[in-house]
Amino acid sequence: MSEIYELRVNGVDYPVTADANRNLSGVLRDELGLTGTKEGCDDCECGACMVLLDGQPINSCSYLAAQAQGREISTVEGLMDRDEMHPLQTNILECGGVQCGFCTPGMLMSAHALLERTPEPSLEEIKVGLSGNLCRCTGYGTIFEAVAAASKVEKVEP
Amino acid sequence: MSFVIATSVEEALAALANGASPIAGGTDLVVGARHGKFELPPELVAIDRIEALATIEIGADSMRIGSGVTHATLMADPAIVGSYTAVADAAALVGSPATRNVGTIGGNIMNASPAMDTGAPLVVLGASVELARVGSSRVVPIGDLWSGPGQTTASADELCTAVLVPSRPAASGTAYVRLEYRRAMEIAVVGAAAAVELADDGSISAVAVALSAVAPTIISIEIEPADVERGSVAEAASQQCSPITDLRASDRYRRHCVGVIASRAVDAAARRAAGESIAVPVNRALGIGAA
Repeated sequence: MSEIYELRVNGVDYPVTADANRNLSGVLRDELGLTGTKEGCDDCECGACMVLLDGQPINSCSYLAAQAQGREISTVEGLMDRDEMHPLQTNILECGGVQCGFCTPGMLMSAHALLERTPEPSLEEIKVGLSGNLCRCTGYGTIFEAVAAASKVEKVEP
Repeated sequence: MSFVIATSVEEALAALANGASPIAGGTDLVVGARHGKFELPPELVAIDRIEALATIEIGADSMRIGSGVTHATLMADPAIVGSYTAVADAAALVGSPATRNVGTIGGNIMNASPAMDTGAPLVVLGASVELARVGSSRVVPIGDLWSGPGQTTASADELCTAVLVPSRPAASGTAYVRLEYRRAMEIAVVGAAAAVELADDGSISAVAVALSAVAPTIISIEIEPADVERGSVAEAASQQCSPITDLRASDRYRRHCVGVIASRAVDAAARRAAGESIAVPVNRALGIGAA
């Protein structure tokens, strides 16, 4: 039987009608059209599906969408400020941290949560913060560089 | 398929009495169901928004850790890190930040995997588990909770509401060490928790060791302070386990390595008991897991 509920994604309330066993990444992609979030392993291993729930990273492939109602969901689509890319996005491009790009949305969301919590992380803290995200292209070094560079961008008060 | 979000323990227990299954972070339940290990239960009650389950209460002679406390909280909470360091060591090794943000101590122990990380620390700490159902609750020693891989002695209408851990003596220390092939998204190849108490002269007056991933459940081994002095912790651990061969390791490798890991856990617990500060998780200080 379908459940009817609302999901708040990037500050927007979306009505959802979906079976209770649907996972969050599936509902974000197939029902709400937010295809920035990727589905890789569907087994909580790779982190391509990483979104933030009340600011904390979760694997949306293995999280029931219905369980996210009433919470703030943040996806990669919400990182940009109108036409302005987020410092994490500009830096991951400049540092060469994007090759095939499949891991990038998940990497960005884990990095975003890390910098919100730890504005100037050490390399070890960056590694731990991204430890749930696999990348098969870059070897990670350029991604770590990008996060470190983004952490040094002067924060502009809104 | 129905899904209810409970906001009180009473509401959750009523749902369980009507046949629903509890879900907290879903890091075992949803992953297992999507992987085809089992079907998702047809009726679910979410317990992750019950505030009463997410609290840590420090009592006169024990600590009450709500079953909904996450691994992220366990690894950083000053009272846990200070008094029950092995629990923090274990929580810090679970999965990734995403797993630790939603995975809970109650879920970890009720999932009853013999490779769980928080189980062995709770055994050496002498913890008990509070199981509630509509109208009643009971407390069982944690060693009596597990009856086999993925199986507990709790009935389907019982909810794990808390873990109760006795206070620690002054000159004591605990540690949880696990063998891992990588530093994240890993499951224990083998693991060992140790609790050590020191006498006034600095000698070991009490020791307890429990092992992960070398038997159908977490096991406590028979060990005396004299075994530590003789250097026979590894031998005791290797002799008393009954490991299997699977994807992660052979039975022979597990039997050998659990001895090494157990003696390192006892050593780290003894160093902490003597006042040495070893950061959580102790695995990093010991250099275990590829860089």
